[in-house]
Amino acid sequence: MLDKLNEIEKAALESLASINDQSALDAWRVANVGRSSPLMQVFAGFGKLSKEERPVVGAAANRVKVALESALEERAQAVKNAALAKSLEEEKLDVTLPGREVKIGRLHPSTQQLRRVLAILAEMGFQVYTSREVETDDINFQMLNFPPDHPARDMQDTFFIEAGDRGDNPILMRTHTSPGQIRAMREAVATNPNDPPPIRIALPGMCFRYEQITARSEIQFNQVEGLAVGKGITFADLKGTLTDFVRRMFGQDARVRFRASYFPFTEPSAEMDVECFVCGGKGCQVCKNSGWLEILGCGMVHPNVLQNGGYDPKIYSGFAWGMGPERQLMLRNKITDIRYFWGNDVRFLEQF
Amino acid sequence: MKLPISWLKDFIDLNGLSIEDIARKLTLAGLEVDEILYAGLPMPTYGTGEKHEFKTNGIAWDREKIVVAEIREVKAHPNADKLTLLNLFDGQQEQVVLTGAPNIFHLKGAGKLEKPIKVAYAKEGSTLYDGHADGQVLITLKRAKIRGVDSYSMVCSEKELGITDESDGIIILDDDAPVGMPLADYIGDAVLDISILPNMARNANVIGIARELAALTGRELKQPNLEIKTSGDSVENSVTIEITNSELNPRFVAGLIRNVEIKPSPYQIQRRLKLAGVRAINNIVDATNYAMIELGEPLHAFDYDILKERAGEKKIKIITRAASEGEELVTLDGTKRKLTAINVLVCDEKGSLSLAGVMGGSESEVYDASKEVLDAIGVETKPGEMPQGKITSRGKSTVNVLLEGAAWNFINIRRTAKQHNLPSEASFRFSRGVHPALAETGVKRGLQYMAAWANGQIAPGLVDTYPLKPKDSVVDVTSQDVKRLLGIDLSLEEISALLTRLEFKCEITDNKLQVTAPNHRMDIDEGVVGLADVLEEVARSYGFDKIPTTTMADALPPQVGNPVHEWEEHLRDLLVAIGLQEVVTYRMTSPERESRVVTHAEYVRIANPIAPERSVLRQSLLASVLEVVEKNAKAESVAMFEVGSIFEPVKNDLPNEPRRLAIVMTGARIASAWDVKDSPKFDFYDMKGRIELLLAGLRFTDIVYAEAASTYTLHPGKSAEIKVNGQVVGVFGELHPLAKEKYAFGDAPVIVAEFDLEKLRGLNPSYGIKPVSEFPPMYEDIAIILDESVAASAVEALIRQTGGKTVTDVRLFDVYRDEKIGAGKKSLAYSLTYQAEKTLTDADAAAIRNKIVKRLENTVGAKLRS
Repeated sequence: MLDKLNEIEKAALESLASINDQSALDAWRVANVGRSSPLMQVFAGFGKLSKEERPVVGAAANRVKVALESALEERAQAVKNAALAKSLEEEKLDVTLPGREVKIGRLHPSTQQLRRVLAILAEMGFQVYTSREVETDDINFQMLNFPPDHPARDMQDTFFIEAGDRGDNPILMRTHTSPGQIRAMREAVATNPNDPPPIRIALPGMCFRYEQITARSEIQFNQVEGLAVGKGITFADLKGTLTDFVRRMFGQDARVRFRASYFPFTEPSAEMDVECFVCGGKGCQVCKNSGWLEILGCGMVHPNVLQNGGYDPKIYSGFAWGMGPERQLMLRNKITDIRYFWGNDVRFLEQF
Repeated sequence: MKLPISWLKDFIDLNGLSIEDIARKLTLAGLEVDEILYAGLPMPTYGTGEKHEFKTNGIAWDREKIVVAEIREVKAHPNADKLTLLNLFDGQQEQVVLTGAPNIFHLKGAGKLEKPIKVAYAKEGSTLYDGHADGQVLITLKRAKIRGVDSYSMVCSEKELGITDESDGIIILDDDAPVGMPLADYIGDAVLDISILPNMARNANVIGIARELAALTGRELKQPNLEIKTSGDSVENSVTIEITNSELNPRFVAGLIRNVEIKPSPYQIQRRLKLAGVRAINNIVDATNYAMIELGEPLHAFDYDILKERAGEKKIKIITRAASEGEELVTLDGTKRKLTAINVLVCDEKGSLSLAGVMGGSESEVYDASKEVLDAIGVETKPGEMPQGKITSRGKSTVNVLLEGAAWNFINIRRTAKQHNLPSEASFRFSRGVHPALAETGVKRGLQYMAAWANGQIAPGLVDTYPLKPKDSVVDVTSQDVKRLLGIDLSLEEISALLTRLEFKCEITDNKLQVTAPNHRMDIDEGVVGLADVLEEVARSYGFDKIPTTTMADALPPQVGNPVHEWEEHLRDLLVAIGLQEVVTYRMTSPERESRVVTHAEYVRIANPIAPERSVLRQSLLASVLEVVEKNAKAESVAMFEVGSIFEPVKNDLPNEPRRLAIVMTGARIASAWDVKDSPKFDFYDMKGRIELLLAGLRFTDIVYAEAASTYTLHPGKSAEIKVNGQVVGVFGELHPLAKEKYAFGDAPVIVAEFDLEKLRGLNPSYGIKPVSEFPPMYEDIAIILDESVAASAVEALIRQTGGKTVTDVRLFDVYRDEKIGAGKKSLAYSLTYQAEKTLTDADAAAIRNKIVKRLENTVGAKLRS
């Protein structure tokens, strides 16, 4: 009987060694350790054995059972490993094929830039103030110290709206966001006429100029203006605040300079230049070899403008500045044609 | 303004200052130098890593190779008719030079010259511009044989030396030019091209720039010497002036010079004028222009004898007045101009003479009978013909000149120059305001130059009528003012020193500085505005760069934010999150363009449109976005939105500017790839899915979609209006096939949506969120058959209503129609989610389901599908 058990074990282990897949393993399990397998028959025939034989054969049969079962487990693991290795080998992808395109939405580049600017200004305490795009001449020009026929009007060619004869106060497309200065000041004064609150606002919005549409000029463009009005605000504050702002926009190492300039609604007025970030100031096409980029116009709010806003220029002072998000994008991204912005070609928009 | 450095040196010592130093100082003080043009002087060289400061152009003249020479003999070229051979002396040796210059050609074969002609001579190896090329092309002179004669050098034209863009002959230098001297030392120059801002018009002249530079460097300004030597009878005996409206003409000054000889100005003068961008005409006209560029007062020269002839026996009487409507005048460019009451005229008793401050009249202008001059003033003539618009009877050049210097109301000049499209050096200055004090200095300067260049004799005296003298502006300034507005501490003495450099008169009295504006300035006011005007000058003179940088000490304003802006920014984020590309379009369109999808009776119209297709302000944001999508229709799929204003007209008043959102989608739903082909196209439900997400993102829950007519041309069966909280806030659907035909779209349907953001923003969003349960949900599907006419939304509403709180989600997962179900019927299959604050049993679910089915049977006649 013991010999028979050894034969069973030997035959079973031999057949197991050549098995390479799961179904053969399952068949092997039934044939060798299943209920009707020769080994189990040995257990089933226990009753027929003598009292002396039983423990000996029993121990031997158990040993064979354990041996076969652990061999099966070991083989099963090997088969599984082999199958995995094979599938990993077979599932090799061509990693050079292109990835699947995901259709996503994007903000227009001008909105993106406006947000960058407004986010910095918000941190500096300047809240967003928006106002209408069609304005009257008095708010767009006269209140801002551009009387009718003033030479400075040459700087802002204007689209007028058909609205009957309104004398010196025609309706027009705003040429800058500055009319918002007057509106904001008047609203603030209305909240407390005897002691108007200080103002720190950012005025974003679309502006319009009578131009031909070319690579360099557009009939509409965004502007962001900043306005601070209060007691004891100085030109030195203007320099400090704008230097802080420009360093947030263009980097903490950005070198800046202030050049005297002219805007009817500020005095003194200045242009602020930042060292050309393309060439580092050495001179290149972008900065027209000057090493500097004109980045914003600024100045102390003109006494007439304060007065028109309802702030007494003898007590209050302030500063304002304006800049163009599209111009900033053009400089930053080497865009040479301003028409791209309102052309809205997806091939342009998708790059932002 | 183009400013030759050599001219600037007449008024300020520039020793120790490089051209770039000068340009930098002026630029920082508000006189921005756009470009430096070198015409002879050495150009700066930059090493690697060195910074450029200005756009530069032009050439430097090699001091060894380009020199003053004299032509001693003019011979004919043996083999070429159009060339002459010159024997010239360059200071060291004789040279033979070939030239085809037309202004020397008449001397061809003249042989030895009695008086040598001084010229600019470039030796072999010189670098200059090619005189025959279009534009400026650098060449280096090389030895060559031209028709058998050795050529290795040349006499130069202005174009070749970079003085002008065009020239038609060689430069003929003044007789006293020193032979052999490097040309760069003799007439080498550089020109600063300066942008003159409207408030800096006072500096649109050489002395103005010199004055600024003197203030910025602390150097002395050399004032011009205006002494005049006179002879003969006083001008006051032959001319009187009558100003009819002093507002239009605050001052009129006239001087007389007799016996002038009209000829070209000295070359040095011509060269400076040309570098300054003014054409050289003749010595008399040049003298008016030269004095204007130098001092800032535009002058006008009349032919005195013509005025005398017109006056007959009487004294010449100059009258200034507004033109009458419809009056006519032939200006010196030969154009007959119809005038209006805005225009101001200089007249005599016989009629009008010139358009004041803008352009002279043809009849009384200074006349030079020689052909060259006629060409030079730009009148086209054919051989043998008198120039058009000229007085043909005038064969004789002007001999006596009456010189006008006046002050005009800048608004009239501005309007007149615009009306007649006559921008000129004179109208540029007058339209920005010229101080009346300059009328006198201008006339004196002009007369001086005429006497010097045309050998005339100046008559004693000036006729000067000055009815409206501007008040001198006086402003009080304190150290506190400077501290409060500029943020710097300056003593009254320091402020005074800064302003005195700019010729302000300053007087210190009890803790304040009394400042009087100089009499060349019209831009200084009084009072609080005058204070700002003066402080600007203090800041500029002090130097913006020296003012410190500080942070505001003032209190922060109340924090009010901008809820509308913030809400729209959130909306944009949601739109981007649902896969839409933002666009920004033009506000200006035309009714025709919008009429492809919508028509409006009235528009906000542009009075001066740049083009007919941009004649009105848009009234449909959707129409604008559709145009953009059409332009991008070649892309596989386009899904775009815009948030912006439309413009609704209000008669004779500001339009309304309500905010809108427009969305357009067309093309493939899924991007194609190497294993993804034939993606389905965007349809109604793609848009609806996005709208649902958008409204959910805005936290709206009471949303109803219903069929409705739209003002837009939409497909009647594939469009719906959107109601939120019971209010219609928008419309969406497929573009009507007839509307779609009007665009260049592809085959795919075009799905559009438009929202009224004013309405949407005003609605209350829902409050709170649905709690998330810890207990397991149960899922169950039910399918029902019912009449086609029953809206799916009504079925869903019934299910939700009947199921109550326990039914937390209802999803329609199948819509099915076929013969077995029957005509006019449809099957809707829903997946329901049950959720309660306990573990639900099968019996709980069955109870709810039965209730729902019964309700659907009773209310909409639905049958459970088995």
